[in-house]
Amino acid sequence: MKAKEILEALSAKPLALNCEENMEKEYGKAFASDLMSDVLAMVHEPETTVLITGLCNAQSIRTAEMMDITLIIFVRGKKPVDQSLDFAEDYGINIFSTDYTMYETCGILFGKGLEGLRGGDPA
Amino acid sequence: MAAILHEEYPVASDDYAGAGKVSSRIKELLKQMGFGPDVSRRAAIACYEAEINLIIHSDGGKVILEVSDEGVISLAFRDVGPGIPDLEKAMTPGFSTADEEARNLGFGAGMGLPNIKRVSDTFDIETSPDGTNLTLTFRGGI
Repeated sequence: MKAKEILEALSAKPLALNCEENMEKEYGKAFASDLMSDVLAMVHEPETTVLITGLCNAQSIRTAEMMDITLIIFVRGKKPVDQSLDFAEDYGINIFSTDYTMYETCGILFGKGLEGLRGGDPA
Repeated sequence: MAAILHEEYPVASDDYAGAGKVSSRIKELLKQMGFGPDVSRRAAIACYEAEINLIIHSDGGKVILEVSDEGVISLAFRDVGPGIPDLEKAMTPGFSTADEEARNLGFGAGMGLPNIKRVSDTFDIETSPDGTNLTLTFRGGI
Protein backbone atom coordinates (compact mmCIF):
# COMPACT_ATOMS: atom_id res chain seq x y z
CA MET A 1 0.00 0.00 0.00
CA LYS A 2 1.13 3.50 -0.66
CA ALA A 3 1.43 5.78 2.36
CA LYS A 4 -1.28 8.04 0.97
CA GLU A 5 -3.62 5.03 0.66
CA ILE A 6 -2.88 4.10 4.27
CA LEU A 7 -3.72 7.65 5.32
CA GLU A 8 -7.05 7.41 3.54
CA ALA A 9 -7.92 3.87 4.74
CA LEU A 10 -7.44 4.92 8.37
CA SER A 11 -9.08 8.36 7.98
CA ALA A 12 -5.81 9.46 9.54
CA LYS A 13 -4.38 12.90 10.04
CA PRO A 14 -0.81 13.58 8.93
CA LEU A 15 0.99 14.90 12.02
CA ALA A 16 4.23 15.26 10.14
CA LEU A 17 4.85 15.03 6.43
CA ASN A 18 8.61 15.09 6.32
CA CYS A 19 9.15 13.22 3.10
CA GLU A 20 6.79 13.82 0.19
CA GLU A 21 8.52 11.09 -1.83
CA ASN A 22 7.64 8.47 0.80
CA MET A 23 3.92 9.28 0.47
CA GLU A 24 4.09 7.56 -2.93
CA LYS A 25 6.18 4.68 -1.62
CA GLU A 26 4.79 1.12 -1.43
CA TYR A 27 4.79 -0.41 2.04
CA GLY A 28 4.44 -4.19 2.14
CA LYS A 29 4.36 -4.94 5.85
CA ALA A 30 3.39 -3.54 9.21
CA PHE A 31 4.36 -4.24 12.81
CA ALA A 32 2.33 -3.11 15.82
CA SER A 33 3.80 -2.79 19.30
CA ASP A 34 4.27 -0.45 22.22
CA LEU A 35 7.47 -2.29 23.14
CA MET A 36 10.36 -0.74 21.29
CA SER A 37 12.71 -3.68 21.90
CA ASP A 38 10.22 -5.86 20.05
CA VAL A 39 10.33 -3.43 17.14
CA LEU A 40 14.14 -3.48 17.22
CA ALA A 41 14.07 -7.29 17.26
CA MET A 42 11.38 -8.03 14.72
CA VAL A 43 11.60 -5.55 11.88
CA HIS A 44 13.93 -6.79 9.17
CA GLU A 45 12.77 -4.76 6.18
CA PRO A 46 12.37 -1.38 7.86
CA GLU A 47 12.28 0.70 4.68
CA THR A 48 8.98 -0.89 3.63
CA THR A 49 7.51 -1.69 7.06
CA VAL A 50 5.01 0.57 8.80
CA LEU A 51 5.27 0.97 12.58
CA ILE A 52 1.90 1.06 14.35
CA THR A 53 2.11 2.09 18.00
CA GLY A 54 0.36 3.69 20.91
CA LEU A 55 3.67 4.69 22.46
CA CYS A 56 3.46 8.37 22.04
CA ASN A 57 6.84 9.74 23.04
CA ALA A 58 10.25 10.49 21.59
CA GLN A 59 11.36 6.86 21.89
CA SER A 60 9.01 5.59 19.19
CA ILE A 61 10.52 8.15 16.81
CA ARG A 62 14.07 7.36 17.98
CA THR A 63 13.37 3.69 17.32
CA ALA A 64 12.19 4.50 13.81
CA GLU A 65 15.29 6.59 13.29
CA MET A 66 17.63 3.79 14.42
CA MET A 67 15.86 1.28 12.19
CA ASP A 68 15.35 3.53 9.12
CA ILE A 69 11.57 3.13 9.43
CA THR A 70 9.91 5.88 7.43
CA LEU A 71 6.24 5.71 8.48
CA ILE A 72 4.76 5.68 12.00
CA ILE A 73 1.05 5.48 12.76
CA PHE A 74 -0.11 6.53 16.22
CA VAL A 75 -3.40 4.93 17.21
CA ARG A 76 -6.34 6.19 19.28
CA GLY A 77 -5.79 9.76 18.14
CA LYS A 78 -2.55 10.07 20.07
CA LYS A 79 -0.06 12.81 19.33
CA PRO A 80 3.54 13.02 20.43
CA VAL A 81 4.86 16.26 21.90
CA ASP A 82 6.01 18.81 19.34
CA GLN A 83 9.66 18.33 20.23
CA SER A 84 9.48 14.69 19.10
CA LEU A 85 7.91 15.75 15.82
CA ASP A 86 10.77 18.18 15.29
CA PHE A 87 13.40 15.52 15.23
CA ALA A 88 11.29 13.23 13.05
CA GLU A 89 11.72 15.98 10.47
CA ASP A 90 15.50 15.57 10.56
CA TYR A 91 15.17 11.94 9.47
CA GLY A 92 12.37 12.24 6.90
CA ILE A 93 9.93 10.16 8.96
CA ASN A 94 6.24 10.61 8.11
CA ILE A 95 3.82 10.40 11.03
CA PHE A 96 0.07 9.76 10.92
CA SER A 97 -2.47 9.69 13.70
CA THR A 98 -5.70 7.66 13.47
CA ASP A 99 -8.65 7.54 15.84
CA TYR A 100 -8.92 3.76 15.36
CA THR A 101 -7.60 1.51 18.14
CA MET A 102 -4.51 -0.56 17.52
CA TYR A 103 -6.57 -3.69 16.85
CA GLU A 104 -8.84 -1.88 14.40
CA THR A 105 -5.89 -0.24 12.68
CA CYS A 106 -4.17 -3.58 12.20
CA GLY A 107 -7.40 -5.19 10.97
CA ILE A 108 -8.08 -2.49 8.40
CA LEU A 109 -4.55 -2.53 6.99
CA PHE A 110 -4.32 -6.33 7.02
CA GLY A 111 -7.61 -6.45 5.11
CA LYS A 112 -6.14 -4.10 2.53
CA GLY A 113 -3.19 -6.43 1.97
CA LEU A 114 -0.52 -5.07 4.29
CA GLU A 115 1.14 -8.19 5.66
CA GLY A 116 2.34 -8.86 9.17
CA LEU A 117 5.81 -9.97 10.16
CA ARG A 118 6.00 -13.70 10.76
CA GLY A 119 5.98 -14.29 14.50
CA GLY A 120 7.51 -17.73 14.11
CA ASP A 121 10.62 -16.40 12.43
CA PRO A 122 13.66 -16.30 14.69
CA ALA A 123 14.36 -12.74 15.79
CA MET B 1 44.69 -2.70 13.49
CA ALA B 2 44.81 1.01 14.31
CA ALA B 3 41.90 3.21 15.38
CA ILE B 4 41.03 5.93 12.86
CA LEU B 5 38.24 7.27 15.05
CA HIS B 6 37.87 7.33 18.83
CA GLU B 7 34.99 9.16 20.50
CA GLU B 8 33.58 9.00 24.01
CA TYR B 9 30.12 10.07 25.11
CA PRO B 10 28.94 10.26 28.72
CA VAL B 11 25.55 8.78 29.60
CA ALA B 12 23.88 9.86 32.85
CA SER B 13 21.79 7.57 35.02
CA ASP B 14 18.04 8.26 34.75
CA ASP B 15 18.50 10.71 31.84
CA TYR B 16 15.24 9.61 30.26
CA ALA B 17 14.83 12.85 28.31
CA GLY B 18 18.16 12.35 26.54
CA ALA B 19 17.64 8.65 25.77
CA GLY B 20 18.87 7.82 22.29
CA LYS B 21 20.85 11.00 21.64
CA VAL B 22 24.24 9.25 21.76
CA SER B 23 23.04 6.44 19.49
CA SER B 24 21.64 8.98 17.06
CA ARG B 25 24.99 10.80 16.91
CA ILE B 26 26.89 7.53 16.41
CA LYS B 27 24.57 6.36 13.64
CA GLU B 28 25.03 9.70 11.88
CA LEU B 29 28.83 9.45 12.19
CA LEU B 30 28.87 5.92 10.76
CA LYS B 31 26.75 7.04 7.83
CA GLN B 32 29.06 9.97 7.20
CA MET B 33 32.04 7.60 7.22
CA GLY B 34 30.40 5.61 4.46
CA PHE B 35 29.30 2.47 6.31
CA GLY B 36 26.43 0.68 4.55
CA PRO B 37 22.85 0.62 5.86
CA ASP B 38 23.03 -2.96 7.21
CA VAL B 39 26.05 -2.51 9.46
CA SER B 40 25.07 1.04 10.48
CA ARG B 41 21.62 -0.17 11.45
CA ARG B 42 22.93 -3.15 13.44
CA ALA B 43 25.37 -0.91 15.31
CA ALA B 44 22.60 1.66 15.92
CA ILE B 45 20.19 -0.96 17.29
CA ALA B 46 22.80 -2.36 19.69
CA CYS B 47 23.95 1.09 20.70
CA TYR B 48 20.41 2.26 21.40
CA GLU B 49 19.54 -0.77 23.53
CA ALA B 50 22.81 -0.48 25.47
CA GLU B 51 22.41 3.28 25.93
CA ILE B 52 18.91 2.69 27.33
CA ASN B 53 20.37 0.04 29.66
CA LEU B 54 22.93 2.55 30.96
CA ILE B 55 20.15 5.07 31.64
CA ILE B 56 17.76 2.60 33.25
CA HIS B 57 20.05 0.29 35.18
CA SER B 58 23.45 1.91 35.76
CA ASP B 59 24.77 4.61 38.05
CA GLY B 60 26.12 6.35 34.93
CA GLY B 61 28.76 5.54 32.38
CA LYS B 62 29.99 6.19 28.89
CA VAL B 63 29.89 4.91 25.35
CA ILE B 64 33.20 4.55 23.49
CA LEU B 65 33.12 4.35 19.71
CA GLU B 66 36.16 3.22 17.77
CA VAL B 67 36.55 2.55 14.09
CA SER B 68 39.64 0.71 12.91
CA ASP B 69 41.56 1.23 9.69
CA GLU B 70 40.17 -2.17 8.62
CA GLY B 71 36.61 -0.88 8.90
CA VAL B 72 35.70 -2.65 12.16
CA ILE B 73 33.31 -0.71 14.40
CA SER B 74 33.79 -1.23 18.12
CA LEU B 75 31.27 -0.01 20.68
CA ALA B 76 32.13 -0.23 24.37
CA PHE B 77 29.78 0.60 27.21
CA ARG B 78 31.44 1.19 30.59
CA ASP B 79 29.51 2.00 33.73
CA VAL B 80 30.34 2.50 37.37
CA GLY B 81 27.91 -0.02 38.80
CA PRO B 82 25.92 -1.54 40.33
CA GLY B 83 26.53 -4.53 38.02
CA ILE B 84 24.10 -7.16 36.77
CA PRO B 85 23.18 -9.48 39.66
CA ASP B 86 22.36 -12.50 37.47
CA LEU B 87 23.84 -12.25 33.99
CA GLU B 88 22.37 -15.55 32.82
CA LYS B 89 18.85 -14.34 33.64
CA ALA B 90 19.55 -10.94 32.06
CA MET B 91 20.46 -12.72 28.81
CA THR B 92 17.15 -14.62 28.81
CA PRO B 93 14.59 -13.07 26.42
CA GLY B 94 11.67 -11.66 28.40
CA PHE B 95 13.46 -11.34 31.75
CA SER B 96 13.40 -7.76 33.02
CA THR B 97 14.02 -5.82 36.21
CA ALA B 98 13.09 -2.47 34.63
CA ASP B 99 10.81 -0.13 36.56
CA GLU B 100 7.65 1.71 35.57
CA GLU B 101 9.54 4.70 34.16
CA ALA B 102 11.52 2.50 31.77
CA ARG B 103 8.34 0.75 30.68
CA ASN B 104 6.72 4.09 29.99
CA LEU B 105 9.56 4.72 27.54
CA GLY B 106 8.63 1.53 25.72
CA PHE B 107 11.54 -0.44 27.17
CA GLY B 108 11.86 -3.04 29.87
CA ALA B 109 10.50 -5.90 27.74
CA GLY B 110 13.49 -8.03 28.66
CA MET B 111 14.82 -8.04 25.11
CA GLY B 112 17.72 -5.60 25.50
CA LEU B 113 20.77 -7.85 25.92
CA PRO B 114 19.37 -10.64 23.68
CA ASN B 115 18.75 -8.04 20.93
CA ILE B 116 22.26 -6.61 21.35
CA LYS B 117 23.84 -10.05 21.08
CA ARG B 118 21.77 -10.95 18.02
CA VAL B 119 22.86 -7.94 15.94
CA SER B 120 26.53 -7.86 17.01
CA ASP B 121 29.38 -9.77 15.37
CA THR B 122 31.19 -10.15 18.69
CA PHE B 123 29.71 -9.68 22.15
CA ASP B 124 31.73 -9.60 25.37
CA ILE B 125 30.33 -8.71 28.75
CA GLU B 126 31.89 -8.60 32.21
CA THR B 127 30.01 -7.46 35.26
CA SER B 128 30.70 -6.88 38.95
CA PRO B 129 29.25 -4.54 41.58
CA ASP B 130 31.92 -2.02 40.48
CA GLY B 131 30.52 -1.85 36.98
CA THR B 132 29.68 -3.55 33.73
CA ASN B 133 31.83 -3.57 30.60
CA LEU B 134 30.09 -4.48 27.40
CA THR B 135 32.16 -4.55 24.22
CA LEU B 136 30.71 -5.18 20.78
CA THR B 137 32.15 -5.24 17.30
CA PHE B 138 30.57 -4.96 13.90
CA ARG B 139 32.08 -5.77 10.52
CA GLY B 140 30.53 -4.59 7.35
CA GLY B 141 33.14 -2.54 5.58
CA ILE B 142 33.08 1.05 4.54
